[in-house]
Amino acid sequence: MIKFNENTPIYLQIVEKIKADIVAGKLKGGDKLPSVREIAESFKVNPNTVQRVFMELEREGVAYPQRGIGTFITEGEEVVEKLKSTQAGKFTKRYVDEMRELGMGSDEIVQCIKRILEEDKNDDIKS
Amino acid sequence: MMILRAEKVSKRYFNKVALSDLDISLEQGKVVGLLGPNGSGKTTFLKLINGFIRPSSGKITVCDIDIGYRTKDLVSFLPDSEYLYDWMTIREAADTYAKFFKDYNKVRFNELLDFMQLTADIKVKSLSKGMKEKLALALTLSRDARLIVLDEPLNGVDPVAREQILGAIVRSFSQDSTILITSHLINEVESILDEAYFLKEGRIVLHDTTDNLRSERNKSLDELYREVFAC
Repeated sequence: MIKFNENTPIYLQIVEKIKADIVAGKLKGGDKLPSVREIAESFKVNPNTVQRVFMELEREGVAYPQRGIGTFITEGEEVVEKLKSTQAGKFTKRYVDEMRELGMGSDEIVQCIKRILEEDKNDDIKS
Repeated sequence: MMILRAEKVSKRYFNKVALSDLDISLEQGKVVGLLGPNGSGKTTFLKLINGFIRPSSGKITVCDIDIGYRTKDLVSFLPDSEYLYDWMTIREAADTYAKFFKDYNKVRFNELLDFMQLTADIKVKSLSKGMKEKLALALTLSRDARLIVLDEPLNGVDPVAREQILGAIVRSFSQDSTILITSHLINEVESILDEAYFLKEGRIVLHDTTDNLRSERNKSLDELYREVFAC
């Protein structure tokens, strides 16, 4: 069960989670999504909410319904690539916005990222 | 189709006003929360729906039928107090329940019992508070009723059991029916609600879909609740 964040509609948070799974390769093009009821039970949310998740995924072309069978992830590299770049853009924007709020300039922001990446690399070598 | 319609419903106990001019309509296939602090009139409203008490003024219908003996078949109610005889086993309690309600669905009950990890030959007396709550909920959800009314289903239940209870509610929810839940544990029920009514001193002070409440006001229901009821 994921912890829902406070102020965004729950269906959008589930949409984000599914998109993240696609980008991470946990869900692949042509995979069948679990049924509305299964998702509702595993997230402990209302089936109507899950219905909205499917509608949103279909509207964005990430998934498509097959009448009577279920909902499937759209096949093709473009979908994944597009998702990857929009998701990456979104998270980076969030980071940049928060840094700006702290009064950081562009150079400092870039420096920070570089430093963290460097630290990560060193940790990897050690372990 | 409207499952429940309450128009200008008021209830006074002598000169104490418990509910005033309540307008509530519940559509089919929704899970709706009735949220408010202790003494705001939640249980009074539920008693009205069940026909235990009569409104001082106004009108309530379930599936367009006035509240009365005919609506008893349509409404399945989980009271917030214990009502099972404790000398019975779970099986006996369920058989007794089945005699009262013709829409009782034995298969669903056994499924729910399983899901709650209860066994039918335990005596009600030996159940803990949380287990009794689960049993009562399993009985309430095992009816094929149009309106399911749950009064504080999470009261006095530990966090793991809460998840089980929420799971059971989601699992047995059918698009033909509507579920009305009262709670003051907003955080816990928030994720399963389509709509919420905020009740304060017997009046509706806020009503919207949970998605709208979250996206327009940028707040969780819990935060809104604290805001509405703080003063």
